[in-house]
Formats: sequence, structure tokens, C-alpha cells
Amino acid sequence: MSKIADAFKNGKAFIPFITCGDPDLETTGKIVREMAANGADLIELGIPFSDPTAEGPVIQSANVRALANGVTTDKIFAFVQELRRDVTVPLVFMTYANVIFSYGIARFAKKCAEIGIDGLILPDVPHEEKDEFAPAFRAEGVDFISLIAPTSENRIAEIAADAEGFLYVVSSLGVTGERAQINSNIAGMTAKIRENTSIPCAVGFGISNPQQAADMAKCADGVIVGSAIVRLIGEHGRDAAPFVGAFVKEMKQAITAAED
Amino acid sequence: MTNPKGRFGIHGGQYIPETLMNAVIELEEAYNFYKNDPAFNAELTELFNEYANRPSRLYFARKLTETLGGAKIYLKREDLNHTGAHKINNVLGQALLAKKMGKTRLIAETGAGQHGVATATAAALMGMECVVFMGKEDTERQALNVYRMRLLGSEVIPVTSGTATLKDAVSEAMREWTNRIADTHYCLGSVMGPHPFPTIVRDFQAVISREIKQQIMEKEGRLPDAVMACVGGGSNAIGTFYHFIDDPGVRLIGCEAAGRGIDTFETAATVNTGSVGIFHGMKSYFCQDQYGQIAPVYSISAGLDYPGVGPEHAYLHDIGRAEYVPVTDDEAVNAFEFLSRTEGIIPAIESAHAVAHAMKIAPEMGKDKIIVITVSGRGDKDCAAIARYRGEDIHE
Repeated sequence: MSKIADAFKNGKAFIPFITCGDPDLETTGKIVREMAANGADLIELGIPFSDPTAEGPVIQSANVRALANGVTTDKIFAFVQELRRDVTVPLVFMTYANVIFSYGIARFAKKCAEIGIDGLILPDVPHEEKDEFAPAFRAEGVDFISLIAPTSENRIAEIAADAEGFLYVVSSLGVTGERAQINSNIAGMTAKIRENTSIPCAVGFGISNPQQAADMAKCADGVIVGSAIVRLIGEHGRDAAPFVGAFVKEMKQAITAAED
Repeated sequence: MTNPKGRFGIHGGQYIPETLMNAVIELEEAYNFYKNDPAFNAELTELFNEYANRPSRLYFARKLTETLGGAKIYLKREDLNHTGAHKINNVLGQALLAKKMGKTRLIAETGAGQHGVATATAAALMGMECVVFMGKEDTERQALNVYRMRLLGSEVIPVTSGTATLKDAVSEAMREWTNRIADTHYCLGSVMGPHPFPTIVRDFQAVISREIKQQIMEKEGRLPDAVMACVGGGSNAIGTFYHFIDDPGVRLIGCEAAGRGIDTFETAATVNTGSVGIFHGMKSYFCQDQYGQIAPVYSISAGLDYPGVGPEHAYLHDIGRAEYVPVTDDEAVNAFEFLSRTEGIIPAIESAHAVAHAMKIAPEMGKDKIIVITVSGRGDKDCAAIARYRGEDIHE
């Protein structure tokens, strides 16, 4: 079992996402430490991709900013290695299939294990294509995290039965980004998942405020927030860390209070 | 040639968000049913013949042949189809399929605007709603086609993300599909994207080589020595190749857009300069950097300005069955002008890439040899851009 299970031992988990190198890796380091200090239970680190097809405008812009500043996969590996001197919170990479495929799947997996990455999320690798990636990561003790969407329906049982780390429950149709309302039947999805696996479920896509986070936490083991944080980074740039820290604290409190 | 997981050798596959998986599975099931349904096929043939003006002519280009002084050249006149390009073949098939599936709305990407116009046309004909995503840069290069789509009742959304060209239009259409699936079919315009699109689009475009084969047998009593077409994503090329793949005596030649040259960064010649990667739902060749970041590509032709190629082409390249050759902007523009003057046929700048390569190889082939060039579209849309390329500023 990987360190990811630890993230769900401290009540409902709060899982923030940021794009590495947005606006630069030094700022990313400050933000990660600030998030960990304010209650983040697991952190998703995005490796930017030129054409992030699952992302809405906010995270697309973060990818553009990071790549424009010259961040690369190798620079991010060096950055995480440095981060791991003092940061103990579980870390997972979120990126796209081509970033890993072009690096070499086995080589990338080995690097993850060396620098202390606990899991991997690839939004463009569904269950059908998982076997090209997951075994190399499993061999290195890195969890390949599967996603379940509002359209998954008859697919939930198969995906859940095979899941590692945690299940990423996509709250809504469409791409990442803040939403005024989340209309999917999350409780129905998580109930179906729990019939098939005991690994935790975390809900993401569209969650941007404490009330939504609390609502989602009632029917899941964790809440994932990306765009709302990335938007703060877009607004505050190199000074974003304290703003993100305060936001993480507020969100963690909201989901802790919502504990069922 | 497609195995059950939608692979062409190592290429193809379904690298898409989980949100879309049931949609592509539903599409595959529907397609597998309707492709063998006589009523569906009768309806599609009727649309092809009565509406789109098929079969398209296989025209013996006597003056072109005599001027080049080598192989006998035939032109497959997809430019004479309704809407002026081969794109209508695929669109009528997909729109009819979508309608049978109960979908009421089509979305599409477009580069030069030909696929967007074809989709808007089919949507008008079949009473469906239509939204076309087009790179902002392309909406400026192809303003007339934007107007045509709007005239046909479609909404055109200029895409400003990324490089604001075809690849970004595809990304945006995919994003829109994840947002609205229940009533919407993504009418993908080329033999690319996740399975089953490369197979579906190829099957609908295969009418091109089915007709060429029959027409050349009638005219010459034998198969051609080579068939040629331009390749962006590769739909008119796969349509031109498909029924000749099992005829080893027929050379299959795909002409890629080299832009300013394959030794420059301003190129879109994917097979010649790219490497294997995963993007837009498929494994294939892509123009990319060492970290897998998709490269900005360039070609004078908005329709070939794409950093990838369809997975079946990648496979035909891997096994050495088809040849993929680079053709520069300059060569394509020369061919655009040359065909206009010699035959009175103004080809799309995309198709001019295939004509340009024929101008290189035909003179070196014997007069007893036969080549077929697919003229995938008409060139009226390109006149302003080619005039600009030649330093003449004309206003449409």
C-alpha cells in the first residue's frame, strides 16, 4: 500500500491541484509548503502539457504560463526531489499521456519512485488503455489513479474493482473549472463505487467554495480543488502562497465540519 | 485492418477522458449495426449520388500529361462534389449515423473551413443544430468559409487557445463534447481521434478509391501504377488508398505539407519530421519536442496545418506500404498555378501539394505508366491567400 492511504486517515481529505512552474518552480515550492501547512492531505502536481484537452480556460492558462517560463519534465523531477527534503504530504502527478509516453513509461515510473511521487493521474488514459501505463508504475509502488465520470454508469464496477490509491470521481460533464452548481448524483456514484472497492473516493471538477466542498465531502472521502486555486495563482503570481494557504485552510475546515 | 481495440499496428487506440468513453462505445455499436444495414446504405448512396453529385469524375488530364511528358495522369475530381471537397462524403455518413442514433446536434472542428462547411451543409439538410470550432487565425485566413457556415445556419466559434489553428479547434470540439454528450455527435473531420473515428471516417471516404478502381478499369483496363493525395489528418488520402492497399503493384503516395521545408521549424510534415506520441485520442506520429509537448506547425494550407496524422497512415508508413513525401509551400503554390493554367482546374491549396509531387515524379515515369491524383477540393477559397503569397493584395 502506498502513502496515499495516509491522506485519508485525517478525516475527509482535502486535495489541492496546482500546475508546476506556474508562474515558476520557486513559487510552486512555496505554495506546496503553504498548502501542506494549512491542511492539504494530498497534493496533485500538474506537469504542464501544451494541449490539455481535459482542462478549462483557467488551468489551460496555467499550462501556457508554465511552459512559457521554460519548465520541463526533468526540471519538475529535480524540483520534487528538492521538495521531498522537508515535505512529507503524499504527492501525485497529474499530466497527459504524451508527457509520460515521450519520456518512456518505465523510465518515468522509476523516476517517480526515486523522487517520492506516490501516484499518477492521466485524464486521457481511460480503463481501456490503462494496461499500457499502470504495470510500470505498480512495479515501482506508484499508484495509477482511475477516474469515474457522471457518464460512466455500467463501467463503474469494472473500473472500481481494479482501482489503486484513490478513485477520482469527476463531479460534472465537461472540462475542469469552477461551477456555480454541481448537478450530478455524486452520492449515487460513490455508493456504486463502494459496492466494488474499499479504496477512498475523492470528488473533483467544479468545486470552488467551502459550501460546495462541504456538500461533496458528505458523500465522498475527499474533495479535489484545482481551478479555484490556480485562479488565485494567476491573480497573485509570485505572491500567491499566503492567499492559497488561507484558501486551503478554509476549505479543509469546511469539509472537516461536514464530517458525516 | 482494424483490430478489435481499434489499433493499426501500434497506432490508434482510445486515449480520451472517461467522460467520453460511453459515447465512443455507443458510436461504435451504432456504426457496427448501421454499416451492414441495407436501408442505411441505400439512404447514404442516395445522398451521395443525388445530393453530393457522386460518383465524382475520373478525368484524364491530357494537357497536364503532355506538358509533363511522362506518366498518364488522371485526376479524381472530389473538387466537383457538392460543397467543393471530399469532406462531404464523411459528413453525410456521420450525420446520417448521428440522426439514426437520435442525436440532434452536430459539433465539428475545421481548418480551412471545408469540413465545417460540409458539416453545416449536412446539418441544414437534416435539420440538425450545428456548432463549428475554427482557429481564430483560420477564421481570418478563410473568412469566406466562415460566412458560408453562418449562411447555412451554423454557429462558428473562433478558437483563441494555443496556436489558434486546427489542432486547437479539435481540442475545443473535444472539450465541448465532454460538456454535452446526450444530444450531440462530434462529427470529426478526418481519419484521426479515438477509435472508432479513424475507421468510420475511412469507410465513408473509401468511396473515392472504390470509384477510382472501377473507373480506371473502364478507361484503361488495368490498375494505376500510383495513386496520390495530400495528407493532413489524412482522410482524402486514406479514401484514395483504401481499395488499393491489397494491390501491391499500386504505389500509395501521401503528400505532406512541408511548409517552409522539413529542415525548418515551420513545417507540418508529421511523418517526415515527427515521432510516435499520444494526442487527440490516438497513438500516431506527431510533431513534438523531446518532452512530448506538441509543436506549433505551419503550412500555407490551413487544411494541412495539423501536428499529427491518422493512425492508419502511421501504420501504412511503418509497414512500408505507403510513401509519405514532403511538399513545400512554394512547390504547392507553383502547382496551384500550374494546374489552373494547364487544365483550367483551380485545385485547393491542400490538393495542390499532391499535384506538386506528381509534377516531380510524372516526368520520370514512362508514358505507359498511369497515376491518379485526388483533387480533394476546389481552390476558390484559396485565391486571396495565394495572391497575397505572390505579393498581390486582393479583397474578397
